[in-house]
Amino acid sequence: METLNYLNNGHGLASWLLTRDHKRIALLYLASITGFFFLGGLFAFMIRLELLTPAGDVMSSDTYNKMFTMHGVVMVFFFLIPSIPAVLGNFLIPIMIGAKDLAFPRINLLSWYIYVLGGIFTLVAALSGGVDTGWTFYTPYSTAAANSHVITAALGIFITGFSSILTGLNFIVTVHRMRAPGLTWFRLPLFVWSMYATSLVMILGTPVIAITVLLVAAERVLHMGIFDPALGGDPILFQHLFWFYSHPAVYIMILPAMGVISEIVQAFSRKNIFGYSFVAFSSLAIAIIGFLVWGHHLFVSGQSVYAGMIFSILSYLVAIPSAIKVFNWTATIYKGSVSLDSPMLYAFGFLGLFTIGGLTGLFLAAMGLDIHVHDTYFVVAHFHYIMVGGAIMGYLGGLHYWWPKISGRLYSEPWAKFAALMVFVGFNLTFFPQFVAGYLGMPRRYHAYPDEFQVLNVASTLGASILSVGYVLPMVYFTWSLFKGAPSPSDPWGAQGLEWEIPSPPPTENFHVTPIVTHGTHQYAPSKEVGIV
Amino acid sequence: MSEGHWSEHYPGPTHQPPVHVDRVHAGGPDVAQHPKLQHHFDDMGQQAEASTLGMWVFLVTEIMFFGGLFMCYLVYRTASPEGFAEASHHLNVFWGAANTIVLIVSSLTMALAVRAAQTSAPPKTQVFWIAATMILGAAFLGVKAIEYWDKFTHHLVPGPNFVWEGKHPAAAEMFYSLYFCMTGLHALHMVIGLVIMTVVGIMAWRRQFDENYYTPVEVSGLYWHFVDIVWIFLFPLLYLIGGHVGA
Amino acid sequence: MSAGHVAPKRMYYLVFAALIVGTILTYAAARVDMGPLNNIVMLAIASAKATLVILFFMHVRWSTRLTWVVAMSGFFWLLILFGIGMSDYLTRGWVQGTLR
Repeated sequence: METLNYLNNGHGLASWLLTRDHKRIALLYLASITGFFFLGGLFAFMIRLELLTPAGDVMSSDTYNKMFTMHGVVMVFFFLIPSIPAVLGNFLIPIMIGAKDLAFPRINLLSWYIYVLGGIFTLVAALSGGVDTGWTFYTPYSTAAANSHVITAALGIFITGFSSILTGLNFIVTVHRMRAPGLTWFRLPLFVWSMYATSLVMILGTPVIAITVLLVAAERVLHMGIFDPALGGDPILFQHLFWFYSHPAVYIMILPAMGVISEIVQAFSRKNIFGYSFVAFSSLAIAIIGFLVWGHHLFVSGQSVYAGMIFSILSYLVAIPSAIKVFNWTATIYKGSVSLDSPMLYAFGFLGLFTIGGLTGLFLAAMGLDIHVHDTYFVVAHFHYIMVGGAIMGYLGGLHYWWPKISGRLYSEPWAKFAALMVFVGFNLTFFPQFVAGYLGMPRRYHAYPDEFQVLNVASTLGASILSVGYVLPMVYFTWSLFKGAPSPSDPWGAQGLEWEIPSPPPTENFHVTPIVTHGTHQYAPSKEVGIV
Repeated sequence: MSEGHWSEHYPGPTHQPPVHVDRVHAGGPDVAQHPKLQHHFDDMGQQAEASTLGMWVFLVTEIMFFGGLFMCYLVYRTASPEGFAEASHHLNVFWGAANTIVLIVSSLTMALAVRAAQTSAPPKTQVFWIAATMILGAAFLGVKAIEYWDKFTHHLVPGPNFVWEGKHPAAAEMFYSLYFCMTGLHALHMVIGLVIMTVVGIMAWRRQFDENYYTPVEVSGLYWHFVDIVWIFLFPLLYLIGGHVGA
Repeated sequence: MSAGHVAPKRMYYLVFAALIVGTILTYAAARVDMGPLNNIVMLAIASAKATLVILFFMHVRWSTRLTWVVAMSGFFWLLILFGIGMSDYLTRGWVQGTLR
């Protein structure tokens, strides 16, 4: 007879769709996010298909514009931003702090419904003809010239923004007010620190894009000339408001992944993190400084040169806490007892690819260089290295690491290693050629290009095909594990943390008795060789 | 539940006295079986604190939401200060000031409604203050309707029907775009506030609030005061610019 | 229950009176032409009124430091948007020979 856990505690659709259990809500998000991921991937496939040949022969330029717009909108707003927070954050935060649920379980469920509603609006926009403005919706094209589905898509983003806000609100209140006795801030797992920092960004940034897309809609419908120069408006004001959120948004995407990596690196090096408080504070520093750099997206827009200089130096500053994390992770692995299980493979991939992505960001933060590579594939490669090489690898690593806890089953480790390898190889083959192409001048968002870039584009499309296999494989073996996987013990990895001390899968209330915490949740044995604790 | 031995997996002693507990209870009674206590909270104090903190975090998002509009205002007013001043003169300062007073009174009645619940005042007292707040809120919206109607009849609604006879027509149209967006968004928040107060009023009528549990009143009060604060800034920025204000 | 503290009704009436006085002051100041000082006075009075509402009507005076930090952070973040955003608009044309 199966023990009662959150998965079998209540059957039927209603028990899932009306649940207040943060773990079930996490799975609701997992299902919808995965759906959107593959939708965004479909748009990517269309892009790469067109770019196989220099001529724009697969689709018209208008259609191509819709492809890259929908790819961006879906991936950014409906996959990357919610992914780790809504799936792993929702599932793990209460458990990691010794609580029975988040502070506001009903608001948690509401946030999922809001997410789905926003997604429906965006799907409607896609199905009724799509949007062709780019995910950045620059005015005056988006307000005056583009086709009318802009409003539907903008509303979809507006609605989904509330999901983000409610999630962040829930996390902040939970971490402040629901930690178990004895669980002081500096005993928290680093994943919780990074989720807290992410929540700060969600709260402070998302409302600004909310009002901005509302103004775009108002301008389209009511002809109020806020951003349209023909009506007396300022298009650069749109860019300021848009990027005030959208730059911190990229930190919403990467901070959670960094938290996952902190957890994985400790578990699979059997060592406490090197410099815990530096890593903890660096999450906060990234969140805060990340709000001060948005103008680096406006270097060539008409923004003043002096403001550009300010934004440039601040952008260099924001790299420092990220670098601190990379150094500390490396120092943690050094002289640790490293096992190369699949989560750790993703963590290693993250370390290398995030470093490349981050460093190329510094290329872009230099105004002189940005003038040449702005709007080229160099930029595209940079952000894909961070968002795919960084954030998605963090997401996949986290899914693998915590899958036994979430599902109570063990997945096939050989297949997982193979998939990780496919992802790594496929990713680099897809995006490294794009650095070269961009540096050599190939512009982004063009469906046709000069012949000399074809080899690079073919390599990129080939890489994307391999990458997609790497992404499909986990779907297969995770699903397989649900039916045929060996049952997982509480702690299959021999890792530490409150989540590994409860059964896999956990009971609905997580803890029958509130734990009392008497030391930091990670206490791997000190490394004797060099006395590193 | 037979998994009672989860505690065996727990590292270290679990029976030592807890180290410093970071959670502050501001005097909430530990009525463990209060009907409104949700299962994931330890006591009513923790639940109330979480709710209040949650509303404050939400209000921060509202500050940033309105803030985007204030940024637009800042940019365009800096670009055309005289145009904005000229446009502002057509707004009726009397109605604006009256509305400001109305909202301030409504904040007072709201604060007294919270206090009534907090001191276990009889339900009809609580309902009285809540109703007073709502009536004042409705009055505010009535005045706004009058003002909007006035703008409509004087062709001051931006768009194809906008007509301006002064020296700075472009700036005037921008001013009125912002006027409608900012006061419109504010009015929408007032409407939502009225809906919330209706619900809270019904709960008060049903004797649900006393000193042990009045969180919904407190939390809606926070929302209401915030909407008042937005207007406190909107009034001078929209109605009183341009130095010398004519009658 | 963030206050637990019950303020006397008199305090609410006093704050109310102060807010009304502030409104009258704002209107009076607007009728006098003080040049650029008008804006500063206007914003100062509005900020003072907002502070009174936050501290007393919204009970922040008796709330935890966390509540105070949360409330302040919202306004502070707005200043970041305004300040750094305006750093663009106010420095346009500072570089000779460029439009920006």
